Amino acid sequence: MARIVAGVATSHVPAIGAALDNGKTQEPYWQRVFAGYEESKKWIAEVKPDVCIVVFNDHATAFSVDIVPTFALGCAAEFAPADEGWGPRPVPTVHGHPELAAHIAQSVILDEFDLTIVNNMEVDHGLTVPLSLMFGQPEEWPCKIIPLAVNVVLFPPPTGKRCFDLGAAIRRAVDSYPEDLKVVIFGTGGMSHQISGPRAGLINSDFDKAFLDGMSHDPQKIIKLKHVEYMREAGAEGIEMVMWLVMRGALDEHVHERYRFYTVPASNTAVGHLILENEGLAAAAE
Amino acid sequence: MQPIEKEYSDIPGTTVFDADQSRKGYGINMFCMSLLKDVNRKAFKADEAGYLKAFNLTPEQTDAVLKREWNRMLELGGNIYFTAKLGATDGLSFQQMAAKMTGSTQQEYADMMLAGGRSPNGARTKSEWKK
Repeated sequence: MARIVAGVATSHVPAIGAALDNGKTQEPYWQRVFAGYEESKKWIAEVKPDVCIVVFNDHATAFSVDIVPTFALGCAAEFAPADEGWGPRPVPTVHGHPELAAHIAQSVILDEFDLTIVNNMEVDHGLTVPLSLMFGQPEEWPCKIIPLAVNVVLFPPPTGKRCFDLGAAIRRAVDSYPEDLKVVIFGTGGMSHQISGPRAGLINSDFDKAFLDGMSHDPQKIIKLKHVEYMREAGAEGIEMVMWLVMRGALDEHVHERYRFYTVPASNTAVGHLILENEGLAAAAE
Repeated sequence: MQPIEKEYSDIPGTTVFDADQSRKGYGINMFCMSLLKDVNRKAFKADEAGYLKAFNLTPEQTDAVLKREWNRMLELGGNIYFTAKLGATDGLSFQQMAAKMTGSTQQEYADMMLAGGRSPNGARTKSEWKK
């Protein structure tokens, strides 16, 4: 039986990808960021997931303003890294898991989550930067990846509660998949940042730290946050944090916080990162 | 029927890209989207005003694009993730664009970020922002 063993939350700042791709990881500015993921790379190499479900947002790459799906699940066999205007990132093609993805799609739609199925999609930094942070720079990504794109570009994104509930539905779907697969789910984006308009550069570490605490210990509290609170407190683009709640909803009610990292800044953004283990995995490790 | 209340309109220095803005800015955003292709980036650079004609921008939008008035593009319906493609075409990073939108030099902006970023204190509502 397939099972979700852990969740990873991480920012997906494009400049982090650029720093990696351009060999700047040893510069002190970037060393501060990458050092925070060394433990995580070891952790995921030990866990060896068969599949990672990566909740991310497309940044006007695969989806323009012609069609804006709220939740879009990638069911293809592969997803090519996109050219976002600077040329495609030199990272491996992302290989999907079409069978599990199709199972999740069918299961959550019949569970009343009306998501969009995507069979052809290029993936941008929102998906590839978290892979680089967790897996480094391999020739091929070490596992299958199922992308779940969430609209956070055109207001309003889905509510935090809706994201959390979808996560719970994904959990039920994975639990009912017959093949023996180890699954890790990523929630990406955030933390506080605003990259648009005269208020750009906003960072709110108090908000971010409270959000990290809420992810670990009190998700029922943070799923009640309203969109306007995210935008006012954590910057217009800080609303990306609702995507972390999909991941949180897919985990146990009580989780073990295996790892936490927080630093300011990476370019315009506060970088936050969590590894949350379901009890089964935490127990197996002890 | 009551119009939807836009609570977020009181957040200062921020244009929230909602459905109204996205309708207004369709042309700007689709123009920016076209710049994902290298051949289009080159065509635009070769004849900016000519290239824009295919996208049905208003004269105001055309002017904002040609003058690279980044904040005005957002006010006229552009979205940052789209206008960033125009920035990329000009060789600008997100941080360089953000510096321009805040009216800072790139160094001033980078220094502010290194010092922990812009505090939310004084930046939560329009009334406190003016002070």
